[in-house]
Amino acid sequence: MTNLPRRSFLKGTLATGAVAIAATVLPFSAMADWPKAAFEAKTVEDAIMALLGSPDTVVSTAITIEVPEIAENGAVVPVKVSSTLPKVESIVLISEKNPIPLVAHFKLESDAVQPFIATRIKMGETSNVVAVLKSEGKLYVARKEVKVTIGGCGG
Amino acid sequence: MATNTIRLQAKLKDGLTEVKALINHPMETGSRKDLKTGKLIPAQYIEDVSVMSNGKPLLTAAWSFGISKNPYCAFQFKGGKIGDKIKLSWKDNLGETDSAEMEVKE
Repeated sequence: MTNLPRRSFLKGTLATGAVAIAATVLPFSAMADWPKAAFEAKTVEDAIMALLGSPDTVVSTAITIEVPEIAENGAVVPVKVSSTLPKVESIVLISEKNPIPLVAHFKLESDAVQPFIATRIKMGETSNVVAVLKSEGKLYVARKEVKVTIGGCGG
Repeated sequence: MATNTIRLQAKLKDGLTEVKALINHPMETGSRKDLKTGKLIPAQYIEDVSVMSNGKPLLTAAWSFGISKNPYCAFQFKGGKIGDKIKLSWKDNLGETDSAEMEVKE
């Protein structure tokens, strides 16, 4: 039967029941576990290593990061990443100076999916948005600075 | 199970289908204090996202609370057809889940 991850054993049968239903109905049972170590890493390098298994990245001009020059509200910073790299299988978003730099890992599950992601992230202070892309087994990186007037990480 | 948290749109134009999603979710970091009680608001954020087309995986994502509240996400894929069923599912750190389905339209 489906192997439920540790965090599924929540207090209260209702929560456990909901997760049990979710595991059979939703596709998450087939997915890899949420990468906890990577989401606890305190530095960009540690996050990349924990998530992608290698610290070796090559700076690439084939990655375009579209972000506002100045973000009025650090809680909602729109980010678009696109690339002309071939066969991109992963797009990783990092906010360099956030308490937890790793923000998201997007896995492109089919060759039909274009190397493009748009989303909105929190930024605690002026720093770089870093995009790491995995293309044909190699890791490529690009950075772009966002000036943040009001930090958006809370706490 | 959470309900009706996802607004999903899938538009086909010039051979490219753009999927846009807006999810109603607090994405609490766990570091924010309730100003009235002085207590920390518990972390609640979407960890896993999965998008499928006609049952086949297109995109899976692992998120942290670094994604903004009420997450917005968009991506594109080739080879989609009008009527393809796009399904987005999410699961958060507390075990809450929701999913929504939308057909590809012009």
